Parts: sequence; structure tokens; C-alpha cells
Amino acid sequence: MIQLENLCRHFEVGNQIVRALDEVTLEINKKEYLSIMGVSGSGKSTLLNILGLLDTPTSGDYVLSGINTSKMNDDEMAHIRSTKIGFIFQSFHLIPRLTAAENVEIPMVLSGLNSKERKERADNALARVSLTDRADHRPEQLSGGQRQRVAIARSIVMEPDVLLADEPTGNLDSASSKEIIKLIEELNKGGLTLMLVTHDVEMGSRSDRLIELLDGKIINDKKN
Amino acid sequence: MRFYDLIFLAFSTLVRYPLRTLMLLIATSIGVMAVILLTAVGEGARDYITGQFKDMGTNLLFVVPGKNETSGGMGPVDLAGVAPRDLTVEDAISLRRIEGVKNIAPIVIGETPAQFNGLERSVPIIGTTPSFLAVRNWEMEVGNFLPGVTLDRSPPVCVIGKEVESELFGKNNAIGQWLRVGDRRCRVTGIIGTEGRAIGIDTQKIVVMPVSLATALFNRPSLFRIAVQASNTWEMDQIKKDIIRIIKKRHQGKEDITVIRQDAVMQSFDNIFNVLTMALASIASISLFVAGILIMNVMLVAVSQRQSEIGLLKAIGAKNKQISYLFMTEAIILSGTGAILGLVFGHTITQVLKLAFPTFNFLPPLWASFVSIIVALVSGIVFGLLPARRASKLDPVIALSGNK
Repeated sequence: MIQLENLCRHFEVGNQIVRALDEVTLEINKKEYLSIMGVSGSGKSTLLNILGLLDTPTSGDYVLSGINTSKMNDDEMAHIRSTKIGFIFQSFHLIPRLTAAENVEIPMVLSGLNSKERKERADNALARVSLTDRADHRPEQLSGGQRQRVAIARSIVMEPDVLLADEPTGNLDSASSKEIIKLIEELNKGGLTLMLVTHDVEMGSRSDRLIELLDGKIINDKKN
Repeated sequence: MRFYDLIFLAFSTLVRYPLRTLMLLIATSIGVMAVILLTAVGEGARDYITGQFKDMGTNLLFVVPGKNETSGGMGPVDLAGVAPRDLTVEDAISLRRIEGVKNIAPIVIGETPAQFNGLERSVPIIGTTPSFLAVRNWEMEVGNFLPGVTLDRSPPVCVIGKEVESELFGKNNAIGQWLRVGDRRCRVTGIIGTEGRAIGIDTQKIVVMPVSLATALFNRPSLFRIAVQASNTWEMDQIKKDIIRIIKKRHQGKEDITVIRQDAVMQSFDNIFNVLTMALASIASISLFVAGILIMNVMLVAVSQRQSEIGLLKAIGAKNKQISYLFMTEAIILSGTGAILGLVFGHTITQVLKLAFPTFNFLPPLWASFVSIIVALVSGIVFGLLPARRASKLDPVIALSGNK
């Protein structure tokens, strides 16, 4: 499903070149549950950003569902993000002025779906994260765990192939963290390819496969 | 993204930051309001001035002594140009034979003390004939306007303004009383009812007397001007030519008068006030551009404050142009709503001013409403472009790592 071939991402900082990713070659299968671990600055988030088409590699190839993304323009990448990729962030990134249901509808609004279809899909997504009764609440009226569940509902509402989660439990207490992990694992069992960036060893050990990064290189790639 | 959704998203942002939105709306509405109010004043002034001319009728010609022309080159006689001869009552009489002339009113003006029963005040004097009443469209409050007076006859009669009546005669009946004006005496035959100004003089403060009496009073044979009223507007060009021809003949072949058409003067004033109104509108429009710059500044700050939101929208599939449209829509809603509020406030204040100053007709022109709305919208669009472009070009990774 995903092939990375000699992928590099370099940043120029002053006169120095920082190799955030260095010759990364990786293959991820459909429905796989992959954890990405590493110390701060090891390149985890950079890898996730490139996998999510938020960033482009300096060199190398990234093939997603048979499409080489290297030559895509901004609009084409936006279309792929809209239809094939779902994001979950540590800080939820909900729009505070919108209700939970409206936040879930945003990807569909951008895609131009009509309001009836949007409502149906948003209701289903909120039902999957058990937040039907909170559909009309604004983010400030929800707990941290509930906010992350709204973000999860938003990430799956366009029925993507891949779910990218960047430390999704980083801002949550342990009880909420367990709920969220359980929820995204269920989504993986439902057919979604799941890639999870985490610092939490226990969480990483729950995945099918764990890769470890250091200084932009994969130093460990093991199946759990 | 559907149009309705675009509006909803933009509107929800504006509602989310009410103080910021309110400030921007006030800035734009003040700009539009300034355009409406200033053009209303300009148009009101134009209406007032041209109304004054219209009250006198547009079929008037004024004969004024003297003529502007280039001199020299023809010999020593012409070195000083044409020395104007006095315009006299006889000149006015000679114009009576012109076909199409309805009324002729020679005018002499001056100022001299008027006395009655030990009271004295300095009054402006107009020396003329009864035709002046028709020429000026005046009305008498009481009495008659210079009865028995013609171009040839000058019985010692006069009419006075209301203020002269109240100041000099008090509660006494002025009609039939002898008023001393300078070293002359005249019997008051009427009180002028019309209020306003004539030849720059307040009608309530004047004394009007026969033209020959006035020339004798001021010991000056020359007229200030001669007002000629034509029967029809279309005959005015011919009448003008006839006046020049007759006076030239009487002044030994010298064309030493200027004939001014009232409608031409009115048109000139009309043009001047139109330009003035446009100038006022232009000045006021600057405030709309200032409002536009304010919108731009605030939206640039908003782009920075909303980096995280922009990053999210990009992450979930928003294209650059969709982000751009979102910010442009906010700018257009702000400038458009501000413009509409400005129109409402501007027209409301205009109506209040009309009630407060009924003599001055505040007339905001229709074009001012259209132009101010268009300028406000264009200003919003132009100044919304930069923040919109900046938002659309934000790197999603940097934006997502921005303020959360």
C-alpha cells in the first residue's frame, strides 16, 4: 500500500544541513498497524508529515496506493489528503467556534458534499466514537477524551485508507488514553491502515509492527 | 466547497471574534457614511444655490457695464482697452423695443441711513422699477410695490423689508409713513414678504425705491446692472444680440457691456457644485481605503492567529484557493456589511439633518450610495488579497505547529 524508497528530507538551518530523514526505505501493507517510535528529533513527525502529504521529501520516492506522489502539485496532494488520509493530532485541532458535528463535517464541506449527505455521514462517524449525544457541543464544552474522539470522527468521515495519528494520547489522562487507543485499534480492525507516532513503549508494543528511528534512519523494524 | 458553506464558515469566524468584527464594521461604515453625508452637503448646497437662481427664473439676462477683452496693437486709443460708459436709465428705456422682452428692471444699489421718528439705521438701498417684483418673483406682505413708478417716472415712494419695519416703525403702521432715506424722503407703500437674499442683500433689511430716486440719492447716474426678462427661453440668444447691438449703438459704437444669461450662470454654479460634490466624495472615499487597510492589517494578524486552523484545513484536504476564498469572503462580508451599515447610518443622519435644518435640503445623490458601496467592496477585496494569499501559502506543517 505504501512504499518509501530512499526517502530523504533535509532542512537547511543556517549553514548546516539537518538530515531529518536519511535514506528511509519502508513498505507498509494495507490494514497494517504500525507504530513509529524514537527520541525527540529522530524524524518521527517528519516521516508522518511526508506520509500524510503535508511535506515533500528532498529526494526519494513515496508511492501511495500505486501512485507516485513525488511529482504531485499542491492541489493533487490536497485531494489525496482529503480522500485517502485521515489525521489525528495530539492537540486535537478542532475549530473552537464550530460544534462537534460541524467539526466532523469540515472535510466534507471542503469536498463539496451536500448537507444531507454530510449530516448522515457525520452522525454515523459520531456514533462510531460514541458521541451522538454531544453532536451540538462546542469543543470547549467537551473533555479532552471527547475532543479527541471528535477528531477521530472527523478523520474517518471521508472513509480514508490510511489513518495517521501523531501522539494521539499525548494530552490525555490514562483512562482517556486507553479509550482512544481502543477506538483507533478498532478502526484498524475495520480495515484502516494505521500509523501511530508515539513515545509510549506500551502503546508501541500493541501494534503489529514497530519501527524505531534515530537521526533520520530506521534503526529497528520489528513485528510484534 | 459550496458557496453557502463558504459564507457560513466566514460568518462563523466573524461572529467568533465580535469585537474585532465590530471595529472593522465601524471603520468601513464611517467611510461610507462620510461619503453619503459629504455628498449630501455638496448636493444640498448645489440645490440651494441653483434654487435661488431658479426662483428668479431662468429666462433672465443681466446687462453689466464693462467688457473683458484684450487691448493694444491698434494704436494709442485702444491701449487701455474699451473704457466703459455708464449704463443709464436711458439705456434701459432703449431696450424696451426689443421683441420678446417681458420686463426690464434697471438696478442701482447703495447704502445710506434711514430715519423715522428719531430712529436711524443704515440700510441697503435698491433702486429699480415695479418690474423687479416679477423679475425676482417676490411677494409683498402688505401694500404695493412702487406704485406709479415707471422707467420714466419716479414718485417718492418706497417699500421696506420686515426688519426695517420692525426696527424703525415698531408697532406703528409703516404704510403711508414718510421715511427719510439719506437726504430724500419717500412714502412707504408696502412691506416685502419674501425672505432670503437678493443680489447678496438680505431682503428683510432693505429699502427699495424708484431707480431715478436712487440715482439722485447717490448722485450717480450709472446703473449697477439691468435685468431683462425674456418672454421665452428660446428667444434669449436673439435678445442678447439685440441688447448688445442697441447699447453699442448708443455708446458710440463701443461694445462696453457684458450680457450674462441667468441660465448660463446657473449652469456654471451647477457645474462648480457638481465638481465640489465629487471632490468631497473623493476625499471621503479616502476613509474607505483607510478602512480597507485596517481590514488588511487585522486579517494579517488573524492569519497569524489562525495558523493552526489553516494548517488543519490543509491537512484535511483544503486546497490553497479554498483557504484564499475563505479569507476573501471574510473581507468581502466585512466591507459589504460595513458599507450597508454606513448607508443606513448616512441616510438616517441625512434625514435628521433635514429635520434640524429645513431650509437646507440635504440630498445624498444616488450615485454616492452606489459608488461608496463599490469602493468599499473593491477596497475590501483588494486589501483582503494579501492576507488571503498569505494564508493560502502557509506551509501546513509550520501552520499545524503554530498556536494551538
